[in-house]
Amino acid sequence: MELFGIFITATLINNFVLSQFLGICPFVGVSGKLSSAVSMGMATTFVLTMAAMVTYLVQHFILLPLGIGFLQTVAFILVIAALVQFVEMVIKKVSTALYRALGIFLPLITTNCAIMGLCIFAAMKDLSFIACIVFAIGAGAGFTLALVLMAGIREELELASVPRALRGAGITLLTAGILALSFMGFAGMKF
Amino acid sequence: MATESSKGGSLQVIGEGNLSLVTSPHAHFGWSTARIMWTVSLSLVPCLASAVWFFGAGVLAPVAGAVIGAAATEWVVARLNHKPQTLPDGSAFLTGLLLGLIVPPGFSPLHALLGGVVSIGIGKAVFGGLGDNIFNPALVGRAFLQASFPAGMTDWSASVARVDAVSQATPLGLYKFGDPSQFASDIATQKLLVGNVGGCLGETSAVAILAGAAILLVTRIAHWQIMVSMVLGGFVFGGVLHLGGVGPSPLFHVLSGGFLFGAVFMATDYVTSPTTPRGQWIFGLGIALLTILIREFGGLPEGVMYSILMMNAAVPLINRGTRPRIYGAKR
Repeated sequence: MELFGIFITATLINNFVLSQFLGICPFVGVSGKLSSAVSMGMATTFVLTMAAMVTYLVQHFILLPLGIGFLQTVAFILVIAALVQFVEMVIKKVSTALYRALGIFLPLITTNCAIMGLCIFAAMKDLSFIACIVFAIGAGAGFTLALVLMAGIREELELASVPRALRGAGITLLTAGILALSFMGFAGMKF
Repeated sequence: MATESSKGGSLQVIGEGNLSLVTSPHAHFGWSTARIMWTVSLSLVPCLASAVWFFGAGVLAPVAGAVIGAAATEWVVARLNHKPQTLPDGSAFLTGLLLGLIVPPGFSPLHALLGGVVSIGIGKAVFGGLGDNIFNPALVGRAFLQASFPAGMTDWSASVARVDAVSQATPLGLYKFGDPSQFASDIATQKLLVGNVGGCLGETSAVAILAGAAILLVTRIAHWQIMVSMVLGGFVFGGVLHLGGVGPSPLFHVLSGGFLFGAVFMATDYVTSPTTPRGQWIFGLGIALLTILIREFGGLPEGVMYSILMMNAAVPLINRGTRPRIYGAKR
């Protein structure tokens, strides 16, 4: 039940994009088409989960025992960057189509603050290993949800007569703002 | 519209009932955007009347504020964009009226005016005007007001019910934060039907809302699927939780707060609801489910507004998923 709470919290209540405003860059960048939004969401969820597991190990078996917790940020950046590089190589080898579809955004996941944010949150909250994984999957699901909703809206807006000055990123950020307002409804939800 | 025949002209009608095709030229069946908007505004008169009856004539101030804010913004936007003036089609008036009816009694008219400006400006104009907006403009305005003036939007002190000045908090507020036993269930149902309770201006009286719903259904302006699915969803999801020992009776869920008002006037907005009947069922059930979840497990007593906005965001995906199969084609 506690794990379910962690999942729902990460997905809806503290949605990484819509209430914590993390990962806005891919949210604006890759939400133009539904298909690429889905694959970006999947890739980010995968990287989030891997990063959460690896940084948990780094935190609990290297940083804490050696008493060098102050190196957390640097260590996490290094680990995440290496991890994304590795994931990129695997995807390139296994699925060239997906690799092409993700394009520049796969390397960009490295600098996605949602990943870093998740690892630091998990370390701060001192979650167990299993809770960490659930937290990461929930965050990924929330990220994917926000991305897919936005992609659907943006495909619809292709046909709308949005004022020229607002086309593209402008209307996306405005829409995201209204979406964030509506996600305030989940504030304080408890199970 | 199969039986619609132009004056004296002979039309070839193919097929019967739901499957009739008519060759062009087609006769316009007389419903313009303006006529629809003004009819919906008319259907809100019972709600406005109940608000004046229960909370006094002072409630007309925030309503007027919201209407003026919305209409003025619509006028300015059309001028700035060098587009034909869209003010006479009544859509901005309707948005303002809807917004005015979902603020608490005693709400500052100036804040309501600001809400009207945001409704039309951020809720509609930036998307390209009527027909292009993703979210219900009145609810965007209300969500903005709720975030900006949380104290004013939850101040029910002016809602001293007219007949017997008992309950000041809303029934949902009492249920969530207060003593629910103050609200004996049999009296409660009766009061909720009449509207003699605290709440936003237009949402308290179920009878007035149902009168408006009758107008919308008889004139076939609103899709009954959305209203029915949302109310049915309220009964089903509320009932399941109630049987599981959580929450009030499903009837209380449906009659209290903005549930009925949302189902009749907000969710049925053409622009922001799905186009397919199957999609409309999903839409209504989704709003009901989210509302019940927010009410039962959320930190807020009421969640209709947020639920409708969230399902508005999902409408493009629902439309896509429920697209009818083209005859002869495989999915």
